[in-house]
Amino acid sequence: MANPIEILENLLRPKAKSGLVGIWLDEHKLVDAAKKVRESGVQKFEAISPFPLHGIDDAMGIPRSIIPWVTFIFGLLGCGLGVLFTWWVSAVDWPLIIGGKPMWSLAAFIPVIFECTILFAALSSVGAMFYINGLPKIDPVIIDPDLTCHKFALFVPEESDGYSKESLEKIFKDMGAIEVRPAEF
Amino acid sequence: MLKRRPLVTGDKTYKDVTEDICELIERPPGIHFMGLFLSVQVLFIFYIVVLACIVTTGMGLMGVNSPVGWGTDIITFVFWIGIGHAGTLISAVLFLFRQKWRTSIARTAEAMTVFAVMTAGLFPVLHTGRPWLAYWLLPYPNQRGPLWVNFRSPLIWDVFAVSTYATVSIVFWYVGLIPDFATVRDRAKNKWRKKIYGALSLGWRGSARDWNHYEMVYMLLAGLSTPLVLSVHSIVSFDFAVAQLPGWHTTIFPPYFVAGAIFSGFAMVITLMCIVRHLVPKFKDYITLDHMEVMNKIIMTTGLIVGYAYGSEFFIAWYSGAPYEQYVFVNRAFGPYGWSYWIMVSCNVITPQIFWFKKFRRSIPVMFVASIFVNIGMWFERYVITVTSLHRDFLPSQWGMFDMTFFDFGALIGSFGMFLTLFLLYLRLVPAVSIAEVKPVLFVGKDKGGHH
Repeated sequence: MANPIEILENLLRPKAKSGLVGIWLDEHKLVDAAKKVRESGVQKFEAISPFPLHGIDDAMGIPRSIIPWVTFIFGLLGCGLGVLFTWWVSAVDWPLIIGGKPMWSLAAFIPVIFECTILFAALSSVGAMFYINGLPKIDPVIIDPDLTCHKFALFVPEESDGYSKESLEKIFKDMGAIEVRPAEF
Repeated sequence: MLKRRPLVTGDKTYKDVTEDICELIERPPGIHFMGLFLSVQVLFIFYIVVLACIVTTGMGLMGVNSPVGWGTDIITFVFWIGIGHAGTLISAVLFLFRQKWRTSIARTAEAMTVFAVMTAGLFPVLHTGRPWLAYWLLPYPNQRGPLWVNFRSPLIWDVFAVSTYATVSIVFWYVGLIPDFATVRDRAKNKWRKKIYGALSLGWRGSARDWNHYEMVYMLLAGLSTPLVLSVHSIVSFDFAVAQLPGWHTTIFPPYFVAGAIFSGFAMVITLMCIVRHLVPKFKDYITLDHMEVMNKIIMTTGLIVGYAYGSEFFIAWYSGAPYEQYVFVNRAFGPYGWSYWIMVSCNVITPQIFWFKKFRRSIPVMFVASIFVNIGMWFERYVITVTSLHRDFLPSQWGMFDMTFFDFGALIGSFGMFLTLFLLYLRLVPAVSIAEVKPVLFVGKDKGGHH
């Protein structure tokens, strides 16, 4: 039988794809280059940057994140569970008269219901982000350690439609990349 | 066109930002830091000993007794929870208002929130007298019926509010840290640093798709933290306001407590930032005098709100025509605890008035002293609310005084040892300014950069 830790490790270890990378020092040029790459017909590629880039989503055609829906649905769920639980505890499972208040005293339960809503919404949003972004990753391939410091990169995997090494190299160089090389990501 | 003042001074490049901030984690601590850390350790060990005495001997060591059944523990709990609120205000509320100046102080302010809530959380547990049964506060299936918690009690609301607040604050803080941990990992030359920060970064690589979801979650957490922080101190104020006790039973309490919390929290941010600027001179480019000035303005504003609340309480006590309410307030200001009332008023209402003057708003020694006075005043505010309302009950046979013992003082002063220990460790182990958030605002107010 396989070691469960190994199974987990293999699950969390991302499979690297090979492709072509271009590295920039100026993020504005990278955003322009991303537009060019997309115009050349390549749809699936990655931009790697030390901070979120203004306008990169439009340049790469990344849609708006769906996480707000997760927040909304889990917020409602937290709220509903809060209502059910406070009601079941106070009015069903062990009804006790406290301060002459009704068994089902909704006004007094609102603080607890509110906190349940926030807790479910917040934790589910973060969980959704982890799931969608594939976090945690064990030992992911890092193209260049400066990509979390002051460099910016575009990576086009070989498998994506419209991949052509020559034309991509030309786009990267024309757009001012300081380095163009084959890499894994 | 009006020119914006730069948020980061000193012509930094992206690389300089990374290096300035990571340097603190990567080099051994200096003599100043070690001196401060060791003295804080002494205080922390003292705190542990005091708590150990109280837990093993019992609540009789502290000053609480009939009629003053709520003492130092509750006062100090409210004090620390309040301090935490400024951190969330800076990291979440100012984020939603697109206040870009918040970026370089948000990380430390949020850390302060987490540590203040941790420090606060111990006090109500201690106050129960049997901290080993603290889990009874949670609604879990048990063999006593199951006997559930009383959801109509503000004290249970508080358990939910504070634990949710602690959880969401820690998660919010950690989510903000993920990209910065990745930066530390990628710079690490030491094998263990690479491993530890690599694990903490969760393998973050910063692709555009990652950032897309990340930014959304960050905004959602800010949006969720904002009502949460307002609810927490409102619920803390319900601990008092829901009781039918003159001096506590007032509708002004929730907004009054929230304003007071922000007031004291910003004062604590100023205190800590003065210390950080002194310990790490490089951070003066990130936490500039402009930042300090803005925070001093907030202290002055919230100080005025708090002052208004003091006046309003008196007015309503008179206007209500309720003799007990009137007696409590007259007794508060002119009774045996009058001294604490006037300490509160002079620290909270008079001290912040010096910030009308630009010279004082921008003077580090002045703001450091003023911020400490504000926090002394805010501790006394909770002292006044708790003790003066309790010490004279409806019948004079139920009158008494609250005397703080050595253990009361020990728990109060020692809690700073715990808070500062956590804070100083944080400074050396975690990027204390958000690297990924400062870089995009690096060129605000400068001619470079071009894009708007």
